[in-house]
Amino acid sequence: MKCRTCRGPAIIDLPRHNANFCAEHFLQMCRRQVEKAIHDHQMLNKSDRILVAVSGGKDSLAVWDMLIDLGYQADGLYVALGIGEYSEESRGYTERFADERGLKLTVVSLRDDYGYDIPTASRATGRVPCSACGMSKRHLFDKAAIDGGYDVVVTGHNLDDEAAVLFGNALRWDVEYLARQLPVLPSRHGFPKKVKPLIRLSEREMAAWCVVRGIDYIVDECPIAAGNKHIGFKEALNVLEEKSPGTKASYYLGFLDRMAPVLASIAASGADSVTPCMRCGAPTGGEEGSVCAFCRLVERSAAHEPVSVELILKKSRSQKRAQSEVAQS
Amino acid sequence: MKVILRNPRREIEIEGRRRVHGLLAELGLPRESHLVIRNGTLVPGDEELDKDDVIEIRPVISGGM
Repeated sequence: MKCRTCRGPAIIDLPRHNANFCAEHFLQMCRRQVEKAIHDHQMLNKSDRILVAVSGGKDSLAVWDMLIDLGYQADGLYVALGIGEYSEESRGYTERFADERGLKLTVVSLRDDYGYDIPTASRATGRVPCSACGMSKRHLFDKAAIDGGYDVVVTGHNLDDEAAVLFGNALRWDVEYLARQLPVLPSRHGFPKKVKPLIRLSEREMAAWCVVRGIDYIVDECPIAAGNKHIGFKEALNVLEEKSPGTKASYYLGFLDRMAPVLASIAASGADSVTPCMRCGAPTGGEEGSVCAFCRLVERSAAHEPVSVELILKKSRSQKRAQSEVAQS
Repeated sequence: MKVILRNPRREIEIEGRRRVHGLLAELGLPRESHLVIRNGTLVPGDEELDKDDVIEIRPVISGGM
C-alpha cells in the first residue's frame, strides 16, 4: 500500500477516504480535519484560553496534543472518578502526558474533594453509573471553566461518539436532544462555551494518531461502561461502515449540514428558565431557590458508605444474566 | 506469530504467515474498530505478517461519554 500523497509506504488504510497514508501525511490529514471543524463551526480562536476535559483515553489526549500542535493555549482538567484501578491508571497516563510536555493539568478528585466516587453515587442515587459519571463530569468541567476564567471547554468527542449518540436519539425520536446535538454549545446562562473539534475524525483515526505521535493512553475500557448501550450503537454503525465506508461521516456530518438547521427553532426554544443553585450557585433548570442535580447527588452519595467497583460490576452481571434468561424463556 | 489482544489482555499463537486483513477476519475482529501494531508501528491491511512477528491488535471503541 502506498501513501496517497507522497507514494511512500503507507502505515494505515482509511476506506472512508478510499486512501492510504504514511505517518506524516496521516497526521497532516488529521490536522486538516480538525482545522476544518474549528473553522466551519467557529469553535476556537488562537487567543482563547482553552480547558481540555481529559480522561487519559486516546481522544482527550489526542485533542489536547493537536490543539497544542496547532498553536492554541490549552490547559487540562482531569476528574478522578474513583473507579478502582481503572481510575488510578487513567490518572497516571494523564499526568505523564502533561508532565512530559510541560502542560498545566488540574486534578479534581470526587472522593477527596466531594466525599464520594462513581460506584457509591450509583448505589446511593439509583442512577446507572454512566449517568452519575456524566453528570458529575459535566458539572465539574463547567465549574472549573467558569472559576478559572477559561473561554471554552474542549472535549474529545469524535465522529463515532457523535454518530452513536445521534443514532440513539433518532431511535427514540428524542427531538429536543436531536436539536441540541451540535458540536458547539455557546456560552449562556452561566454555562461555558463547549466545543468538539474531533467530530470529523473517527475513533480508529484518533487511536492511530496516538500510536503515530507516541502518546501512551489507557487502552482498557472502563469496566463499568463495558457493554453499555452506547458501545452497542457504535458496533452497529461499524457493521454498516464496513459494508459501506463513509456511512458514519455521511450520517453525522449530513445531520449537521441538513437536519440541524431544520431543528434550530427547537434548539433555541429550550432551557431559557435557569436559576442559580441555592448551594453552589451553578445554573440549574429548577425553580428559584432550588438545589442543582449535582449538589443533590453529592448530598446523597457522600452520606452513603463507600461502595466498591466490584460490587457494581457484580450487580450489573447478574442483571444482564437475568435479562438473558428472560429473553431465552 | 504471537498476537496480543486487549480487553481483557491475553496472548495467542497463530501458526504461519497472514495478511493483516486475513488475521483480523480469522479472529472475527472488525477492521473499523481495531488497529494492528508491530514493534510500535501501525501496519496497514495488505501487509504480510511474518511467523516470528509480535503483533498487538488494539481495539479502539470506548464507551464513556
